[in-house]
Amino acid sequence: MSKTSARDDAYYRETMLPPEPPPIREAGAVKWLRENLFSGPVNTLLTLVGLAIIWFLVSHFWDWFAHSVWNADSLAECREIIAATWGEGARGACFAVIRERWHQYMFGFYPPELYWRPLLAFGLLMVALAPILFSETQQIRRIVLVVSTIATLLFMQVLGVPAIAFLLGAIIMIGATILAERHAGWLLIFSALYPLIGVFLLWGGTLWAPLMVLAGIGLGWLGWRLVAIVSPMLAVIAGILMTLVWWIGFTGEAAGDLQNLLPMGITPVESEKFGGFLLAITIGVAGIALSLPMGIILALARRSDMFLVTSLAVVFIEFIRGVPLITLLFVASLLLNYFLPPGTNFDIILRVIIMVTIFAAAYMAEVIRGGLAALPKGQYEAADSLGLDYWKAQRLIILPQALKISIPGIVSTFIGMFKDTTLVTFVGLFDPLKGISDFVRANFAWKGIYWEPFIFTGAIFFIICFSMSRYSMYLERRLQRDNR
Amino acid sequence: MTDAPLPADQPFRVSMLVYDRRYRSMTFQVIVFILVMALAWWLVNNTIQNLAAQGKDFDFGFLFQRAGYDIPQTPIPYTSDDWHLRATIVGLLNTIIVSILGCVAATILGVSIGVARLSKNWLFARLMTIYVEIFRNIPLLLWILIIYAIFTEIMPPPSAYRGDDPAWSKILFDQVALTNRYTAIPALGMTNDPGTLDLGARITVNWAVIAFLVVIIGGWFTRGAILDRAQAIQDRTGIRPTTWWINLAVMTVPSLLLIWYFGLHLLAPELQGFNFGGGINLGNAFVVLWLALTLYTGAFIAEIVRAGILAVSHGQSEAAFALGLRPNKTMNLVILPQALRVIIPPLISQYLNLMKNSSLAIAVGYMDLRGTLGGTTLNQTGRELEAIVLMMLIYLVLSLIISAGMNVFNSRVKLKER
Repeated sequence: MSKTSARDDAYYRETMLPPEPPPIREAGAVKWLRENLFSGPVNTLLTLVGLAIIWFLVSHFWDWFAHSVWNADSLAECREIIAATWGEGARGACFAVIRERWHQYMFGFYPPELYWRPLLAFGLLMVALAPILFSETQQIRRIVLVVSTIATLLFMQVLGVPAIAFLLGAIIMIGATILAERHAGWLLIFSALYPLIGVFLLWGGTLWAPLMVLAGIGLGWLGWRLVAIVSPMLAVIAGILMTLVWWIGFTGEAAGDLQNLLPMGITPVESEKFGGFLLAITIGVAGIALSLPMGIILALARRSDMFLVTSLAVVFIEFIRGVPLITLLFVASLLLNYFLPPGTNFDIILRVIIMVTIFAAAYMAEVIRGGLAALPKGQYEAADSLGLDYWKAQRLIILPQALKISIPGIVSTFIGMFKDTTLVTFVGLFDPLKGISDFVRANFAWKGIYWEPFIFTGAIFFIICFSMSRYSMYLERRLQRDNR
Repeated sequence: MTDAPLPADQPFRVSMLVYDRRYRSMTFQVIVFILVMALAWWLVNNTIQNLAAQGKDFDFGFLFQRAGYDIPQTPIPYTSDDWHLRATIVGLLNTIIVSILGCVAATILGVSIGVARLSKNWLFARLMTIYVEIFRNIPLLLWILIIYAIFTEIMPPPSAYRGDDPAWSKILFDQVALTNRYTAIPALGMTNDPGTLDLGARITVNWAVIAFLVVIIGGWFTRGAILDRAQAIQDRTGIRPTTWWINLAVMTVPSLLLIWYFGLHLLAPELQGFNFGGGINLGNAFVVLWLALTLYTGAFIAEIVRAGILAVSHGQSEAAFALGLRPNKTMNLVILPQALRVIIPPLISQYLNLMKNSSLAIAVGYMDLRGTLGGTTLNQTGRELEAIVLMMLIYLVLSLIISAGMNVFNSRVKLKER
């Protein structure tokens, strides 16, 4: 019908017009520019200001970066090379200092022939973290494990490592990768053991010490099993008591005796040798791992309905949050020997870790308390109506939700704590930022070099902290259960 | 979770202390109390033993000994003959000064950047994002050291400003000179100086300062009274009298009159001999610390402000426009009051952080509380325990004051739920 009528009316168009491109002002780059950069006088002004900032930065720093020197033995040699290559009066960065001193920035004064140990500890850390942090899909876990295995083994090979250690490391890491393919849950056993492995690899010494610490846990389990026949509550107390008594009273001696009986161990490295990013990461990882459980306990204590527990938690948290970390570090370095029995003298890194942990835990407690407070009351009531006791309710219903809500806060506490590890320079440790840089500058060859070490350490801190914050965003998205 | 009433015939057994929910929390608290007391006793006992072993005692008498060291920047008069106590107070005042100035500057910077990040301008918003991410993810200590290096390595000595064609020239309308030891800024001069009021202990306050304080506080209260009256008239008649110009006059005219009366003017720093004189020379330690704290905390405040503004749902501004409110009224009456509720609690903790981070003055040698009491005084007297305990208590009190003050402000802006 319409066909015939269309034929009859001669002035109807019979073919479609080919599509025309939109006017040049309404498409492509021009449209984007008009909308995003020049949509009004204010916007145009802002664009010009932004361009001015970029121009300022580029014009001031580009030639300095472009003329960077990576191979030289001293600052003077760097300057000669720059003058020879780009003419008299040219300026340039002298990153040769990083190239020459990278080992101190990474490992401090750790014996060079033992560099493989922190490296292996770091690789195994990735394995230990894989079932916890990368548990979403097998693919992500596979990528993380394979990449860290290859990288660790490669670097170990480059740095030189005894064949047996290399073989052992390869077996553990490849084995873990294969295990992760089949039963990722089993890797959690490795994660639980990792603190002992890590401490043993980093500090060295006798193998009996970590074994005796493990024995303490075994003893506690034994005590728990034996008393559990009588009363479950007493059994928990007995188990904890036995472990603590063994650790405090007997571990050191037993390890020493066994070491005399059957020497087994690797070269010990004192804490004074730690420095650079090795120190920062050791303190950071230990602090992160310890402050989360402590923060959870503090947060629960603060919300408890027992008056004494609540007020103790409030006093503790407010006191720690009210003073700067530096003063706590001074307590660690100057006062702790006043508070402990005469003659006690324990490791400075351990003291710093304790203080950093306490500091971070107080902040963590507040973050988690926010998460607990944000949970609807119905969740608590639901747990009660199911007949769960306090710990079951917390473990199964309350904490998973509260922790999920507080992820951004928790991760920013982690980031803050990792950045704060640089403050250990003020109690005489060699942090990568100031301690090592001052040490490098004390050498006449590198006297007066400021910007390159700052840029280098700053870049590494940025990469680590930025990836932590991106990871937290990923985690938030992954754990999102509500539909939007 | 209602507890069943205690059956009268059931006798009390010891096991009920653990298994009965009525007694369990009491038992637990008693155990905790005993443990905490034991820990405290253990610590105190150890401390007493250790102090006795070193032949020391716990005594704050060292505060009343001659300090014997100089402090570069002193807000109140101080000489090396003064007590350690006065040195401590000078340090405390320095901490407070750098904290307050840092908070003010960081708030201004943070609010501007937070708003700029929400700008529709793609380039500018990206630049601000880069700023925020770079400053948030790199330790504050690095920023302090970098800015310190800029000021000591790149800035010229004062002699660079000498001559007819100097290598460097003063910035900001020829008022501020940056050098490698200090920043010379203009001072306030008076042609009609009213003299000073002696507060005792060699602390003096210029009468002009008191006059300005009186006038400004009086103006603030007068403004409140005028607004109350306007509200009363509006409630009675429905017509609100115009108040803005009266308020403006109340707030500014007396101050302007005082400025004219005292003959206030700026004294620009001038090169006199080897150094700048006539103005105020701010030591680089202070300027560096202030700049670094401002830039670092500003990045955090920017994120807080951005999150606060984004938290106000778009429907609120649409509703305001639908009611016919103009954009600035929408901002002042609808968006800001709601955003402030989200912004203020984290802002408080940023202020606290800034105050605590000012203790990083140690890196540049600014004599704050940690530099005086926790630094030179501690080293000279060897009283680690007393000095550190006192220093922690002072920081604690400062923190509590800041959070108390900001919480009062918070309770005024927060949602009134009835």
